[in-house]
Amino acid sequence: MTDSAPTLEVRDLKTHFFTKAGLAKAVDGVSFTVGKGEVMGLVGESGSGKSVTGFSIIGLVDPPGEVVGGEVLYNGKNLVGLPEEEMRQLRGNRVAMIFQDPMMTLNPVLRVDTQMMETIKAHDSSVNDAEAFQRCRDALGQVGIPAPEERLKSYPHQFSGGMRQRVAIAIALLNKPDLIIADEPTTALDVTIQGQILYEAQKLCRETGTSMIWITHDLAVVAGLADKICVMYGGRVVEQGSIDDVLDNPVHPYTHGLLGSVPGGNNKRGNRLYQIPGMAPSLLNLPQGCAFQARCPRGDAACNIEPEITNPVENRDVRCFHPHLGESEDESEGANA
Amino acid sequence: MSTQNDDVMLEVRDITKNFVKKLDLAGKIAQKLGSSIREEVVHAVDGVNIIIPKGGVVGLVGESGCGKSTLGRMIAGILPPTSGDIVYKGVSLTAMSPEEAKRAALQIQMIFQDPFASLNPRMRVLDIIGEAPVAHGMAKQSELHEYVSEVMERVGLDPEYRRRYPHQFSGGQRQRIGIARALAVNPEFLVCDEAIAALDVSIQAQVINLFMDLREDLDLTYLFISHDLSVVEHISDRVVIMYLGRVVEIAETDELFAKPNHPYTTALLNEVPRLDQRGIDYQPVKGEIPSPLDPPPGCHFHPRCPHATARCQMERPVLREIAPKRWSACHLNDD
Repeated sequence: MTDSAPTLEVRDLKTHFFTKAGLAKAVDGVSFTVGKGEVMGLVGESGSGKSVTGFSIIGLVDPPGEVVGGEVLYNGKNLVGLPEEEMRQLRGNRVAMIFQDPMMTLNPVLRVDTQMMETIKAHDSSVNDAEAFQRCRDALGQVGIPAPEERLKSYPHQFSGGMRQRVAIAIALLNKPDLIIADEPTTALDVTIQGQILYEAQKLCRETGTSMIWITHDLAVVAGLADKICVMYGGRVVEQGSIDDVLDNPVHPYTHGLLGSVPGGNNKRGNRLYQIPGMAPSLLNLPQGCAFQARCPRGDAACNIEPEITNPVENRDVRCFHPHLGESEDESEGANA
Repeated sequence: MSTQNDDVMLEVRDITKNFVKKLDLAGKIAQKLGSSIREEVVHAVDGVNIIIPKGGVVGLVGESGCGKSTLGRMIAGILPPTSGDIVYKGVSLTAMSPEEAKRAALQIQMIFQDPFASLNPRMRVLDIIGEAPVAHGMAKQSELHEYVSEVMERVGLDPEYRRRYPHQFSGGQRQRIGIARALAVNPEFLVCDEAIAALDVSIQAQVINLFMDLREDLDLTYLFISHDLSVVEHISDRVVIMYLGRVVEIAETDELFAKPNHPYTTALLNEVPRLDQRGIDYQPVKGEIPSPLDPPPGCHFHPRCPHATARCQMERPVLREIAPKRWSACHLNDD
């Protein structure tokens, strides 16, 4: 699916927060590409910078945060430093975002039809009311909301959590965007409802060629949905590659540890899970060099220098001096224990 | 499900919890005047039977609103049941003398989901963990520091931190404080209500390991309430699946995951994302979870069930033993 030019190319993106407590490098040199119709999973724990990466792409970083470097190329056009008016033309039109909490997207005092029609008309004033209403109805139907014509007249609080998230997705779809950034869209939802949302998202990408960045902490969700995966730690991408490659054969010690700590997969029932010792460092106080070194079983003096991105395996970007290469699982398990 | 033997830690018998929204004055007047307005009753837990074996880990799984937390709270003694009975070590909690009831209450401890809301922000860790053992005469005030240090070490906290306040700890450490608080009174039975749901993946693994270690070291019994099937699969011996206030299936963990019986269990297992499943073609379960205020008649799952028949719409299926150690509430098993 990556035959044509990528929909999005992020190059060395840097978003820093100039807080009173000091400088927090929330995103520090992140690069990746998302092709047409491709789903990329952006995975990391809290404070890894995954959400800020999403916000930076769509230009929603508020002070004290600022994009201080790098490029966000959307169809070849750099979005960093774009005048706000032009950005607004793109946002919600060509590039849309879905948030974890749908109430962040929805205005509680406006009916759903008002909000949805506004989204259409803000970007195309030539559309009349009847036409806009039709498109809203179709979008709600598309995300599986029964009786869309009636539900359009409801207020957000009259929907259940899963339905509300679907309305938020429908709004994101309205203008048939080329890129959707979904920030933990199913984290707050139940499993069966999550399945429905994943189904809609997948259908959308396959049918319309929309590209998607799916930001989550849940590796299992990404496993089923994404084509490629980007693992973030301490504001940097530590490993990226195709979903099968990374999950089956993680090379960075953090990815390796993360996969070992998730129940299911290779972890047999009742066995101890692999523990990554300690906790994620504060972004205000990142260690010199590799941010993971303090928790890393392979860390040594070399790690005091920030590792550059290398390709120890084919088609894989890894930021590590001591990647897991070609060892048998048992050996590395033993090293971890 | 009424086997009587010494290996049973706790038995829940036909327990029910209704939450009633009482009518206000205007509502009462409207009712007197012939309005159809009525008190709203939520059947949060509707006739549930569970046996928890001594030393076992029972996983309680369900989606939001299925009553799993309410059930956990009733078992932990925080909520009184509307009807039904909880039998702890062969004695009904309602039939116990106050002295016995107090002892039972101490032996059953609860660990909560939110490590931020469940710790008093104005108390030092020393007092959070030490308050209950002192109040119940398990530790003397003079030995409190040693006592608390010991408990903290057991859950992997540095005893040096005992004078700190909860806000000085990370989420994972706070959850450990919550666990230490529960362990401080030497419980035999822990009710963990979504105890790891709020934690990051790498921290989750640490806490899951801690639970498994404590089980071995202290011979604990767990009721592990979670919506996360993969965690429950990892830690539990037996799994109870709830849907809208009722238990739909109980089985040994291996069997449940290998061969689910109830259509809801099957649907749930299909929806759980797994690491080893890539590029799935998602086929969602149809419909929404109905409101517990107005559950569908008959089998609660019938509006979403692919196998529903006319009987499912009329008659409530009974939870019955379909194989050894295996219970399911589905009419399909009768054919």
